[in-house]
Amino acid sequence: MSLVAQLESSRAPWRKPNILPGFALAFGLTLTVLCLIVLIPLAALVLKAASAGPADILAIAASPRTLAALRLSFGAAFIAAIVNTVFGLLIAWILVRYRFPGRRLIDAAVDLPFALPTAVAGIALAAIYAPNGWIGAIAEAHGFKIAYTPTGVLVALIFIGLPFVVRSVQPVLEESQIDIEEAGALLGASRLRTIFRVILPTIAPALLTGFVLAFARAIGEYGSVIFIAGNIPMISEIAPLLIVIRLEQFDYAGAAVVGMLMLLASFALIFLINLLQAWSRKRLGDV
Amino acid sequence: MSDASARLPKYAIRYADRMREGFAVRALLILFALAFLAVFLFLPLMSIFAEAFKRGGDAYLAAFDDPHAMAAIRLTLIVAAIAVPFNVITGIAAAWAIAKFDFKGKNLLTSLIDLPFSVSPVIAGLIYVLLFGAQGYFGAWLKAHNVEIIFAVPGIVLATVFVTFPFVARELIPHLQALGKDDEEAALTLGASGWRTFFTITLPNVKWSLLYGVLLCNARAMGEFGAVSVVSGRIRGLTTTIPTQIEILYNEYNGVAAFALASLLAALALVTLVLKTFLEWRYADAIAASRHS
Repeated sequence: MSLVAQLESSRAPWRKPNILPGFALAFGLTLTVLCLIVLIPLAALVLKAASAGPADILAIAASPRTLAALRLSFGAAFIAAIVNTVFGLLIAWILVRYRFPGRRLIDAAVDLPFALPTAVAGIALAAIYAPNGWIGAIAEAHGFKIAYTPTGVLVALIFIGLPFVVRSVQPVLEESQIDIEEAGALLGASRLRTIFRVILPTIAPALLTGFVLAFARAIGEYGSVIFIAGNIPMISEIAPLLIVIRLEQFDYAGAAVVGMLMLLASFALIFLINLLQAWSRKRLGDV
Repeated sequence: MSDASARLPKYAIRYADRMREGFAVRALLILFALAFLAVFLFLPLMSIFAEAFKRGGDAYLAAFDDPHAMAAIRLTLIVAAIAVPFNVITGIAAAWAIAKFDFKGKNLLTSLIDLPFSVSPVIAGLIYVLLFGAQGYFGAWLKAHNVEIIFAVPGIVLATVFVTFPFVARELIPHLQALGKDDEEAALTLGASGWRTFFTITLPNVKWSLLYGVLLCNARAMGEFGAVSVVSGRIRGLTTTIPTQIEILYNEYNGVAAFALASLLAALALVTLVLKTFLEWRYADAIAASRHS
């Protein structure tokens, strides 16, 4: 393509002029694949759910089993995200600020829940937390069950959400200015006061972002949960499993409505993450 | 730090103390973190191999002597061999358009590309069943033309492409953005064609972040469970991938066989982590731009 032709083709008003070629091809391919693989199929879900009609949608959404599944998925995801926020911050802190043997190994291992397939994580967690498992046996001896109860759901969701908070907070801690903490110390602030007045405000946006990411991931999680949950309707049945059950009963509308509710939650959380990141950029400059 | 503080005057030590936690606090925090990681990370990982070898090496190997297991491994490799290159090509295209050009709606396009990460894997399967399943929007047409998508390999590939869609673009976009357009503009000014510029300038520049993206994309493609299990129908020997075969074996109380197959995927995950750590360490500068975005 000649330079003139390129300049000519770049005259489209919605795009800034650029001498690099290939925009039409790259953009066209991306948009085509995005539409075919992601957008049209998601639209089909919305269409299917909507075609059930308002009365049926309400009946499905407000049925006790749907509500119980959604409550478990959202509730357990919320608690798991809180646990992950506390321990994620702790792990990020010791990885960035302390030197101890095995630190690099730990740093690499934090990503394990990203790399390990969910079904593998699921059966491994079920094996450990089952009443005859390594940890399950100890819990059983003290009179409580972990696997095959809602607590088991929580354990699986803590596992898969672990990396999000660590990986959100770690870079901010690495780049945070020690001299500001030094200034606080020199001005007479105690260590605790420095932590609450200097460090926590700095990492707050990253911490919140990590929390929301872990929460969003945990809501939709399926593979790692179903093996340890026991899947008792109304008690330890998560929303994604309810979708699978409805599909197996060929109740497409039922599956679509529950799917639609979860999709709406995902969109709301994406919007929230974007707001948080905008806040973080405003606060810390472009990191 | 502690060596230095020993030589400092007393008032300075007081400030130094305020700058960090005491030894006991530090040790306690590290112990807490390690205990948490042991319970939630290391024990599950170890248990996979412990359970797989529970009845010895022969029982472990016997798990692979099963035609269904071999079929599952073959299908997993086939699906990854289609889905990963497909997403590499579209990922590069998306990164080229987004990182090198300014156009309206760019942020929206970036968010849409990331969308599959925020959608439950079960929903990723559900949407294709609603489109191509027997009672789906195109179900009747597909049946009339004898095309099988759901409960067949094409559906598994589609669902896998969906869940792994963002990986490559996500790693490449920040890296390409950080590099800017100067190199490509120089090459074009010197008379290189667009493709030549891309293959001799752009691609070598981002090869490490591309590899990084491919690595993560592949790990997910081979390990995807939820989406695949919804669209595949889990027909033994025909539409079971390694993760869905693991579920079937586990539900049949064939723990050793299930964990033996799981140990393959766990090994893949460990190799992925080692390569990822190596790439981050060796090519820290190249990847730094994309790592934490």
